[in-house]
Amino acid sequence: MKNPIPRSLLPALLLAATRCVSVQSASAAELSLAVEIPQLNVAEYHKPYVAIWIENNSTRAVTNLAVWYDAEMRNNEGEKWLKDMRQWWRRSGRTLQMPVDGVTGATKGPGQHHLQFHFGTAPLNELAGGDYTLRVEAAREVGGREVVDIPFSWPLTQTATFTASGSTELGAVAVSIKP
Amino acid sequence: MLNKTPFKPFFVAALVLGSVAVQAHRAWIVPQETVLSGENRWVSFDAAVSNDIFLANYNPGRFVGVQVINPDGSAGQVENLHTGKYRSVFDLPLTQEGTYRLFIASSGLRALWEEDGQRRMYPGRGEQYSAEGFAKAVPENADKLVVSQASRRMETFVTLGAPSRNALAVSGQGLELLAVTHPNDLFAGEEASFRFLIDGEAAQGADVTLIREGTRYRNAQEAITLKTNSKGEITVRWNGAGRYFLEAEYKDNKAQKPATERSGSYVAVLEVLPD
Repeated sequence: MKNPIPRSLLPALLLAATRCVSVQSASAAELSLAVEIPQLNVAEYHKPYVAIWIENNSTRAVTNLAVWYDAEMRNNEGEKWLKDMRQWWRRSGRTLQMPVDGVTGATKGPGQHHLQFHFGTAPLNELAGGDYTLRVEAAREVGGREVVDIPFSWPLTQTATFTASGSTELGAVAVSIKP
Repeated sequence: MLNKTPFKPFFVAALVLGSVAVQAHRAWIVPQETVLSGENRWVSFDAAVSNDIFLANYNPGRFVGVQVINPDGSAGQVENLHTGKYRSVFDLPLTQEGTYRLFIASSGLRALWEEDGQRRMYPGRGEQYSAEGFAKAVPENADKLVVSQASRRMETFVTLGAPSRNALAVSGQGLELLAVTHPNDLFAGEEASFRFLIDGEAAQGADVTLIREGTRYRNAQEAITLKTNSKGEITVRWNGAGRYFLEAEYKDNKAQKPATERSGSYVAVLEVLPD
């Protein structure tokens, strides 16, 4: 498995993830994310569908953070490919009424994408104590599919940063959680 | 599993697939996809009679009688039925969210005997079995008389949105699959359980064979062979993702009189997704 993100780039990603945290108001617990969609040298490129969610490891309950898909297509035709994000689809997608306020958005092209969420505020809301997995799943038309998992426990006593990387459809994923 | 019980001639006479020759041949209905999202979706199906799993190269079968149960339990209908040389094709519009079942099923008593060296059967094609009809048609002390109670079912499932279970309800007739694991929620890395019922009761000791598609591109069938337990259940560990041909065969002597043997055959096509 080849890591498409140069090792030297990781600190910058992490910094980007943590910087998101630092500009926020001091008190509330926050979760910052940096997700990289890799530049691919392919003849036909479509921006991937991406779902980002937190899964409770014991109850399998899902907290959706973001779903990027073609919501603007005529007659909601973009919903046709939502099921290609197979894990997200079975865990959550298939029971949702799309679009979901504050969660769904347009597909995004190659590059680093930063997201920030506040505990206690939708869509993250409060997390009960326990073991979780933050999952990022990408599926691309005429392309592949990949899931990147980042396990973590909640609550945390101090700010922690977790990283993982995809090898094909996803690049580096960095999560920074400030309790 | 290369060794398969051949269809009995009297049995074939009443087959829904009336045009099928009197030979051991597999029949199947294959959905192009089984897990769908979005609106105004349709699924296209290929159906045929062929021993090569999902390679239509023998007989297109007769699928005019294919039945549909919608997610709400009502009856649906396939459209655009086309019968080709080797393959039947039809479409199903998904008008509701949930799970659809497509099937062809038949069951009943059949009598086979000989008269003046000629093979005779009751009921004949298109006839319905009745006790009176039996008494009238079958002579007393008929030569080589075998009365058997037989059922056949062939089906598949597709789901738009979240899987539902209305359409999975069993009829209580013949050999049927009672889904423990939902048939449209199958993943290569997970075990799946299915229960088989004969006339509504646990079918213990049924032989179940599962073969993943693509046998043409490998040298062995790589069949998974299982026997149902006392609850009629099997637990399947998949041979990877793909569409599977599932076949179950059951036989006992608890037949409805005057039949002396009871048998059921069941076929389903299931899609297993990669994790």
